[in-house]
Amino acid sequence: MRYSALALLRGALTGQRHWTPAWRDPEPKPAYDTLIVGGGGHGLATAYYLAKEHGITNVAVLEKSHIGSGNVGRNTTIIRSNYLLPANTHFYEKSLQLWEGLEQDINFNAMVSQRGVLNLYHSDAQRDAYARRGNAMRLAGVDAELLDAAAVRAMVPGLDMDNARFPVKGGLLQRRGGTVRHDAVAWGYARAADQRGVDILQNCEVTGIDIAQGRVVGVQTARGPIRARRIGLAAAGNSSRVAALAGLRLPIESHVLQAFVSEGVKPVLDTVVTFGAGHFYVSQSDKGGLVFGGDIDGFNSYAQRGSLPVVHDVMESAVALFPAFSRLRVLRQWGGVMDMSMDGSPIIGTTPIAGLFLNCGWCYGGFKATPASGWCFAHTIATGAPHPLNAAFTLDRFRTGAVIDEKGAGATPNLH
Amino acid sequence: MRLPCPCCGVRGNEEFTYLGPAGLVRPAPDATEDAWHAFMHERENLAGNHRELWWHGQGCRAWIVVTRDVRTHRIEHAELARDPEAAR
Repeated sequence: MRYSALALLRGALTGQRHWTPAWRDPEPKPAYDTLIVGGGGHGLATAYYLAKEHGITNVAVLEKSHIGSGNVGRNTTIIRSNYLLPANTHFYEKSLQLWEGLEQDINFNAMVSQRGVLNLYHSDAQRDAYARRGNAMRLAGVDAELLDAAAVRAMVPGLDMDNARFPVKGGLLQRRGGTVRHDAVAWGYARAADQRGVDILQNCEVTGIDIAQGRVVGVQTARGPIRARRIGLAAAGNSSRVAALAGLRLPIESHVLQAFVSEGVKPVLDTVVTFGAGHFYVSQSDKGGLVFGGDIDGFNSYAQRGSLPVVHDVMESAVALFPAFSRLRVLRQWGGVMDMSMDGSPIIGTTPIAGLFLNCGWCYGGFKATPASGWCFAHTIATGAPHPLNAAFTLDRFRTGAVIDEKGAGATPNLH
Repeated sequence: MRLPCPCCGVRGNEEFTYLGPAGLVRPAPDATEDAWHAFMHERENLAGNHRELWWHGQGCRAWIVVTRDVRTHRIEHAELARDPEAAR
């Protein structure tokens, strides 16, 4: 069924009885050409682009829980491509371009809203760093504008511009950045992949990876064994656990990141704002709630809940930046398990095991990457070699030293 | 989450700084690239008990080795890192 305004109108006249499930719930087949382990945004996008770009439709996505239960339904929905290092700039710009055409492509309203992403700076040194990053972006063909304090004041009323400790001196604005309805991304990709013949197998946890003579031949799952010659792992926070089934030890630590939503209020913030003196980012959803977050908790965790010191820290940042927010109540708070890599950049590529491909290390920046991650991973799986856009994101770069460390923090997963 | 410091008793985790997994042994300077890669980057990172190093910077300033279930934050054990059995 194709979604359109006309179909909606026609449904209105017939009691809306035309709705069908957005995707099938098939039984697992004994064998597929390609398996994707992990039915999050990246796994579903990979399956979709495998079918669309490469004509590989005998594909199953194996999800241990239900679609939308992991980080694709747990993030703060921000999209942007304001990175400094060339590999990241080009990759995330591809992602932003795919976001711009996504809804028409998958025939699903993902509420892509290019409301801008504004990174605030609070000192001369930070302005110089932002100017450098903005120039790097513009050289790569990405939009960036450096705003002074007056322009920020006019754009975002409510900011504590003249804070005694961290006055706002200006900001780096990417107007094409913004937010996307995160659940719709999972549902939209699931539906679009399903329509092209991909089987989405929920409650199908992978419990073993079968390897014969150095190449993958299939997996053991909660719903029985499934054979396949190509397997892509896109298990986010559980990547180390899944890779261990194939005997791999990854440069990944799992950490918990929290996010928060306030009670709904009238429109107060029409862009995405990030605090340059702490780690804090906030936007307002169409429902009216402020959606915001900060740092990861900082210690290894597989628990999808956070601890109180970080809650405290995030609230302090919120109130330091927008004093009026102190009157709001926080409605919901939750945590997701992040695959923190050793250089803060992702891994999309091949592994030492033939037929086994790896997609992980998203470091709580994975949502914005969803389309390009799926697009590049599909290319890598279909052709057996990375696309130029993800050629730098190899698993091997940690061994060779060609790391992509945007922050310059070194091999410290809890500090990226 | 609260951590049982062997010196100070049970304290909130905001008093501590986290380093990472315990038991990683720095290779000799002339060790192979593989050994350095394993030490620097490769982590077991499984869901279960995890031995890890915390520094009680806002307390007794001792390094402690905590064994914690990373799924539930239940603390199995905590000992001073300088104790010989903690070096395992």
